[in-house]
Amino acid sequence: MIEVKNIYKSFGGQAVLKGVSFTVEKGEIFAVIGGSGQGKSVLLKVIMRLLEADSGDILIDGKSIRDLKGQALYKMRDRVGYLFQGGALFDSMTIYDNIAFPLREKTKISKKEINARVEEELQKVGLSGMGHKYPEEVSGGMKKRAAFARVLVMRPEVVLFDEPTTGLDPILVDSVHKLILWGKKTYGFTAVMVSHEIPEIFGVADRIGMLSGGVMVETGTPDEIRNSRVPEVRRFVRGLSEEVSVGGMA
Amino acid sequence: MDYILAIPRGIGAAVLSVLREMGDMFLFLARTVYWTFIPPLKINRVIRQIGFIGARSTALIVLTGAFTGMILGLQIYYTLQKFGAEAYLGPAIALSVIRELGPVLAALMIIGRAGSALSAEIGIMRITEQVDALESMSLSPFRYLMVPNMLAALISFPLLGAIFNVVAIYGGYLIGVKLLGLSPGTYFSGIKDFVGFKDIRDGIIKSLCFGVIMIWISCYKGYKTGHGAEGVSRATTSSVVMASTLVLVWDYFLNSVMLNF
Repeated sequence: MIEVKNIYKSFGGQAVLKGVSFTVEKGEIFAVIGGSGQGKSVLLKVIMRLLEADSGDILIDGKSIRDLKGQALYKMRDRVGYLFQGGALFDSMTIYDNIAFPLREKTKISKKEINARVEEELQKVGLSGMGHKYPEEVSGGMKKRAAFARVLVMRPEVVLFDEPTTGLDPILVDSVHKLILWGKKTYGFTAVMVSHEIPEIFGVADRIGMLSGGVMVETGTPDEIRNSRVPEVRRFVRGLSEEVSVGGMA
Repeated sequence: MDYILAIPRGIGAAVLSVLREMGDMFLFLARTVYWTFIPPLKINRVIRQIGFIGARSTALIVLTGAFTGMILGLQIYYTLQKFGAEAYLGPAIALSVIRELGPVLAALMIIGRAGSALSAEIGIMRITEQVDALESMSLSPFRYLMVPNMLAALISFPLLGAIFNVVAIYGGYLIGVKLLGLSPGTYFSGIKDFVGFKDIRDGIIKSLCFGVIMIWISCYKGYKTGHGAEGVSRATTSSVVMASTLVLVWDYFLNSVMLNF
């Protein structure tokens, strides 16, 4: 479904991605794990073409999206939903209007139908009766769920999740993960998910890739990653920092 | 040797950086103009932005217009008195205001009030990824953010300039007629005799140009904002400084051309 081939991306001479490659099969959830500042969010934005890669290619269903422009690029994006780290809800609109926005702008369905679709999504993500609130009036978890509803309402084939659980308490983390699994089961989307949540991500992802030093150091099933022999992966999975000397102690 | 080369290298890098930014800014303006002609037009957003840029600036424009007219009344009367030409107070104020001060001062006031807010709004949308969200939905930020503001400014600026002119001329009237004893007939008949269609047309052209400058710079600076609150604050400040300066520079060039035609 998605093939990421040898992607390079640098900012102001500083290389962030140095030849990242991986594939995501149709209908699977592929999680990208890795430390902070390793370029995971950059990678998602490159896949969405919100940022341009310096070199490399991305194929969706075997077709390169690297040089798409204008309507062709828009058509590609119509197939892909993006859940931003902070939700990226429009703060001048209510939650209801945020979810209705893509339907109003991109479809010709009636107001009645839009209302039905929005209410259905609100109910599915557990936000019934909250549609009239503005994003700043609800909690972080609610914002993520509202943003997820805005993505789902367009029924995308692929969803890119940028740290969907960052800043949430463990119970909300679990509820967002369950929501993602429910969404995948219900709508059958393919997902690429950037996450820090170890070990929770092992129960959500079908396959996992670890991004470190600008390259994908290992990809595999949750079990393979859990039992990896690659030092960076072992350290990250076990939550161990590099050896440091503090006050003479190693 | 390296030390000697460092200076021209530094100058070259700075020039290239300025040229790159200028190119980027012109492309941004070109894209805004392009999207203006691509339907559908977001008419509701245009109306809302007319409210924001135009209607909500009216009180400020009335206030500054009134005081500008009154100051001009005092200053010009003082000058004309030296030549025994007080009767020309009305046309002197009207011509100064309609051709120059109305468009320029109104633009500077709107830049301070609405331009800065616009940069901050788009900047915050940028850093909170709301602009990226629009793009990820295959919706152009130019259609939703820049074009409505551009059209709203093109409608609001000449109207606010006209309000400024009327209020300033009345402010001059209060000083010249009510305070300094000039006859109302002298004040207004002079205006009728000396102010022509060309003066009003030039004032309107200036207002339209300044509206484009404000939206261009404010939106560009907001769109290209740096990281965090500091980035937004820097974008806001530089948009006000750059737009105000550009208004004055462009005003000079417009005057150079208009006074010859």
